[in-house]
Amino acid sequence: MLTLRGRPNGRPYLFVRVVSGMVTQGDNTNRENWSRLMQAAQDGDRAAYEQLLRAAVPFIRTVVARQHRRDRIEDVVQDVLLTVHRVRHTYDPARPFDAWLATIARRRSIDAIRRRGRIAAVETADDVAYETFADPGANKDTELTVQASGLGAAIAALPEGQREAIELLKVRDLSLREASQVSGKSIAALKVNVHRAIKTLRARLKGSRGDDE
Amino acid sequence: MTMSDTTDQLIARLSADAGPVHRLRHPLMRAAAWLGCVAIGSGGIIAAFADTSAFIGRAHDVRQMVELTATLATGLLAVVAAFEMSLPDRSRAWALLPLPALATWLATTGLGCLQGWIAGTPTDLAESTECFLILLGTSIPLGLVLSWMLLHAKPLAPASVAAMGGLGVAGIAAFLLQFFHPFDVTVIDLAIHAVAIGLVIAVSALSSRKLAAA
Repeated sequence: MLTLRGRPNGRPYLFVRVVSGMVTQGDNTNRENWSRLMQAAQDGDRAAYEQLLRAAVPFIRTVVARQHRRDRIEDVVQDVLLTVHRVRHTYDPARPFDAWLATIARRRSIDAIRRRGRIAAVETADDVAYETFADPGANKDTELTVQASGLGAAIAALPEGQREAIELLKVRDLSLREASQVSGKSIAALKVNVHRAIKTLRARLKGSRGDDE
Repeated sequence: MTMSDTTDQLIARLSADAGPVHRLRHPLMRAAAWLGCVAIGSGGIIAAFADTSAFIGRAHDVRQMVELTATLATGLLAVVAAFEMSLPDRSRAWALLPLPALATWLATTGLGCLQGWIAGTPTDLAESTECFLILLGTSIPLGLVLSWMLLHAKPLAPASVAAMGGLGVAGIAAFLLQFFHPFDVTVIDLAIHAVAIGLVIAVSALSSRKLAAA
């Protein structure tokens, strides 16, 4: 299969993908260049690291796209970038960088699928939670669950810092350390923001229930 | 597809945060370093306290020789496999490496146990308990050092890496036990050994996530 990809300088180059294989073989010069950039990054060259990550994003996206819907790809790509950052000391410059990267991308992709499966296993859909009791007055909590469809709107209305903390830690299920790297905020600040966000959401949802009554 | 703002910002943050890192040595070298330390430490203890003549006596019996070799091989190969598996780009097939030795260890131990049962070898519960404590007492310090070394690679699947390391530690501890407990195993011994080894593997796997996050 032939694919056009973007180079760091913006010009496309030709990739030849091995059918059903995870390792994509591009031109050798580019691959060796990635290895050199990673070696320089391990030695502390930040510019080389940034260039490498930017060049690698389309490659990571291709690997992730095989297992994820379009709207979820970017989250998994970011997860892969965080993992690459965390384990960059394990890369051996004597080995091909693209194989190292493809394996990480594939594994994190699978982890994301499992994580979604775990979340789906413990969440209950709204439509099964309509009428729990014959007495309509007894269904107040159920009504609150139904109103949870407005949770997205309530999260969107949160102050920026609180919304970001909730999205990273509760919606995307990142660890505190990962969320800190994505947002650039300290772990303590994220803890405070997520605590405040939950408090705000609780107050707003209770308030909207009170309005309905 | 263009790069999203968040991905772009993430790359900028990661790059700004990217100081120099110390490259990990080859997994075989790291395994050799750990095994070398274990060999030096246990060699000294064996030379000072072990009943080496009884151990040598056991080694003259073919079945027992195979059992000892398989026990040691399980420990060594599981440690090598754990170091390989700790790296993100290594095949998961490394987990199969110690399996033939493990199967031989279990088969020869089971055979010895069966022979002992047919011959009516009596079970000494106090001695079995002592074995259990020696196995755990040896495995815990070895396992702590090994876990620290394995988790330094920040493995993507810390539980399976730690479980493999636990098998390695348990195999080596069971081999070292033979210097202090040079007797054929009974059914009770076998069960106690299995519980101790299972415990080491389970604790390694369960504690790995917390240790990896530390």
